[in-house]
Amino acid sequence: MRAYLPSYEMIVPQSLSDALALLKTEPGVWQPFAGGTDLMVLFESGKLSHRKFINIWGLSELQGIQENETHIEFGALTTYAQFEKNALLCQEFPILHQSSLETGAIAIQNRGTFGGNIANASPAADSSPGLLVYDAEIELISSEGSRLVKYCDFHLGYKKTILLPHELIRSIRLKRHQNTHHYFRKVGTRKAQAISKVCFAGLALQNPGQTPECKIALGSVGPIPSRCKKTEKLLSQSFPKIAKEKRDWIHAACSELTQEISPITDLRSTQDYRLQVSLNLLTDFLDTLKPSA
Amino acid sequence: MSGHTVRIELTVNGQQREAQVHPMTRLLDVLRENLRLTGTKEGCGEGECGACSIFINGELVNSCLVPAIQVQGAVIQTIEGVSSSKKYGSKLHGVQEAFLGWGGAQCGICTPGMIMAAVHLIENTLDPTTITENQIRTALAGNLCRCTGYTKIFEAVQKACHLPGSKA
Repeated sequence: MRAYLPSYEMIVPQSLSDALALLKTEPGVWQPFAGGTDLMVLFESGKLSHRKFINIWGLSELQGIQENETHIEFGALTTYAQFEKNALLCQEFPILHQSSLETGAIAIQNRGTFGGNIANASPAADSSPGLLVYDAEIELISSEGSRLVKYCDFHLGYKKTILLPHELIRSIRLKRHQNTHHYFRKVGTRKAQAISKVCFAGLALQNPGQTPECKIALGSVGPIPSRCKKTEKLLSQSFPKIAKEKRDWIHAACSELTQEISPITDLRSTQDYRLQVSLNLLTDFLDTLKPSA
Repeated sequence: MSGHTVRIELTVNGQQREAQVHPMTRLLDVLRENLRLTGTKEGCGEGECGACSIFINGELVNSCLVPAIQVQGAVIQTIEGVSSSKKYGSKLHGVQEAFLGWGGAQCGICTPGMIMAAVHLIENTLDPTTITENQIRTALAGNLCRCTGYTKIFEAVQKACHLPGSKA
């Protein structure tokens, strides 16, 4: 049933400091509202339980893309479409480029924001696996100042995060890498407009003369999107030097990943399917890597 | 409880318009109810079907997902503005001509959104004659049609890419 409009409130702050001051004065009362691609869906179906919103869409302090020698930082209100149009971001972080292209369709990509995707904290968020393997950091701001946190520490449990009621996500900060092999696959019911059944990101940092470092992260296979550190450790420690070692290596990695993830059966997929697809995607990723010798 | 309303001023299809609405009123409802522009359709009301597609400042969006307060001062184009804007005189847009000529519409509910998505693709492509079928499928991926099976729609958009009336 459609929501009863007069029971909701939405206010527009004049600036970021106004927004932060209000969030501080009445903590938990006002919920930030960005592109609306999640909240408006709940609102429409009468399931939006929160009633008071502060419109942060348009706050210039939460926008913009900056780079220096070591990092690229982009504002929380950066939309998927803005990411797709930034050549540098797409070139250096192709996983996030691809996940943006596969989020909803063009009309959603024009409104949906990275900050919103992170704060909404869905285990199926399309940008999460990419942010995890790139070791993203996020800047949280409040009227008291700001703090830089690792995105891998952001999620505490299903839809629970470290974000305090008086804080906003200001930006996302990514470390620039070279010699990196990137892999991303989202598996859903169709190519566009789907919420993933499994979402997989893989990264291999391959510096000549060094053992490659592998990073993998999955979405939709647990209560939070997460890195698979045990599998990563196994992958990096026993990285094959010759092609014929590869089969055993992949087999061992699949056994480890089976232990490490905990997919469930829900309205979108089943436990068995999600596990099998996760293993298939891990295998596909590892198949694309060359032996290190 | 708050029945408070705000005055929204916006440019719609080249004209200055205003509406006194609750800040969370869907843009779709502002267009259809307040401004009586009923060409924009409501399908799913949750951003899945694309029937309510319009442009905000030149960007394709689902108007069912945008609260009115977020379009304060914005430039909006709806299906009504695709043919009547000064850019095209009184003529139909090339995409509309193609939908008519090549059977791109059946029941018509998805059609305004399909046309907006196709116009968005063509007007944002330097040379529309180079547009591939894959690009058309991506551009229209957020628009559902339950009648045509899409083939006629994709054909119509392909034809539109080569019509002189398609490019801004």
